[in-house]
Amino acid sequence: MKEIHEFTILERRQPTPQYVILVLGHGGTMQPIAPGQFVEVQVEGDPRVMLRRPISVHDADAAKGTLTLLIQIVGNGTRRLAGLKEGDRLNLVYPLGHGFTTDIDAASRTLLVGGGAGIAPLLHLSKALSAKGIRPSVLLGGRTASLIPVHREFEPYADVLLCTDDGSMGHHGMVTTHPAFSQQWDMIYTCGPTPMMKAVARSAAERNIRCEVSLENMMACGVGACLCCVTDTDQGHRCVCKDGPVFDISTMKKWYQC
Amino acid sequence: MLNVKIHNLKLKNPVMTASGTFGYGEEFADFIDLNRLGGFVVKGTTGTHREGNPYPRMVETPSGMLNSVGLQNGGVEKFCSEVYHRIKHLDTNIIVNVSGSSIEEYCSVAEQIDALEKIPAIELNISCPNVKHGGMGFGTQPEMAAEVVEAVRKVYHKTLIVKLSPNVTNIAEIAKAVEGAGADSVSLINTLLGMAIDIERRRPCMANITGGLSGPAVKPVAVRMVWQVAHAVKIPVVGLGGICTAEDAIEFLMAGATAIEVGTANFIDPAVTVKIIDGMEEWCKSHGINDINEIIGIV
Repeated sequence: MKEIHEFTILERRQPTPQYVILVLGHGGTMQPIAPGQFVEVQVEGDPRVMLRRPISVHDADAAKGTLTLLIQIVGNGTRRLAGLKEGDRLNLVYPLGHGFTTDIDAASRTLLVGGGAGIAPLLHLSKALSAKGIRPSVLLGGRTASLIPVHREFEPYADVLLCTDDGSMGHHGMVTTHPAFSQQWDMIYTCGPTPMMKAVARSAAERNIRCEVSLENMMACGVGACLCCVTDTDQGHRCVCKDGPVFDISTMKKWYQC
Repeated sequence: MLNVKIHNLKLKNPVMTASGTFGYGEEFADFIDLNRLGGFVVKGTTGTHREGNPYPRMVETPSGMLNSVGLQNGGVEKFCSEVYHRIKHLDTNIIVNVSGSSIEEYCSVAEQIDALEKIPAIELNISCPNVKHGGMGFGTQPEMAAEVVEAVRKVYHKTLIVKLSPNVTNIAEIAKAVEGAGADSVSLINTLLGMAIDIERRRPCMANITGGLSGPAVKPVAVRMVWQVAHAVKIPVVGLGGICTAEDAIEFLMAGATAIEVGTANFIDPAVTVKIIDGMEEWCKSHGINDINEIIGIV
């Protein structure tokens, strides 16, 4: 069930100048959050920021009642969120959307491809897959090393592969040129910049690999009411906030082919 | 204390929701008890399924937002055969926002909704700024507005609310025209036509170029128009435009609105409607008002 709840910021870290990590405490019984689901965060104190900001869940611990957000500082809203301190309160509407499919065969060869802020939901996904006995490979990319905000956090749950466009860390090139990408996988999950996800989806489709993409359109309501965040799908316009953000590419030909 | 009446429509309180901001109500069922609302207006419904405008469809602006959804909806048949049966049990007034590209389409949709027992009213949308044909085109000329209302009036027998566009020189003139054509009530304002440009990309922020402005930024314009219309017509007025708090709602009532609709504020706080209802009740108590009707049109 979705709820509106005021969380407390328990911890604030800034792994790179462009990113901030906020660990939030519920203080009671937190609703279960599936990997790939997101929250809508209320930003206070700036008339330019009226709407909530959709932020994907980086990590969630139901037992401890904590959830972690990895936020890329891109505009007025996220800059304001980055300025919050430990002990500050944050109003969330959560959990929102339709997450990644984790009910897959335990023997599946699984690849997670993340770019920039799209890395965020893949940690929660890695942990969920790991709990099912799957050790995925996680391929993380960015234009340069400082734009890959986190990677060591994945190591207990996944084999981490890195690449940067400028060669400052890991493989020199885009995620789709990494040697591991062209291996045979049973399942690929991806979240990141749209051109990256479309390239991943096209390659997966050509190789008949099951693939899920997590989209990040501009949103208003977050619950499927306003129809502002729609994406093209093979069934017509669908809300990224409610029908997504995660879509199976078998329904997304129209999206990834253009 | 908060009971009001719009023609034959009895509302347990003046708080409704604005079309296009509240889906079919179901989207908000986790956050509020829908039965507490005076009513809610469901998404604009047209004669056939519509895909709406391309993405991007919205952009945030200071204290507001522009949208250009373009009436995406499943069409009236799908509403009658599917959606209606999921929501008809609710103990509140469910109002269908009726849209179209031609007088025939408006009439056809209105006629089909007329047959639904648990829908006591329609809101005739002659003011959508985001569709190429029809929509606002019908709501900016008094003669055109009267013509479509007159036609719908012949086939629709329950409470007929007509939603007016603020994108006109004289809104009172349009209100009088639709009153004369048989409207039971008018609701205003629909969104104000606006535009925003992404200066880095040197192109409009939205695929449809222009869109409708809503949110707190439009509230003073809406209050002014509600006041002007309330002084020009005898039928009840439903006020909307940027309402976020009980105080905002009371301001609209004082300007002459019998009921109000909450729109964009639902995106900021999905439980805002219930807070507005509770806040209005508290306000009445603290100001010694036994019946909210005492303050309607007091200014």
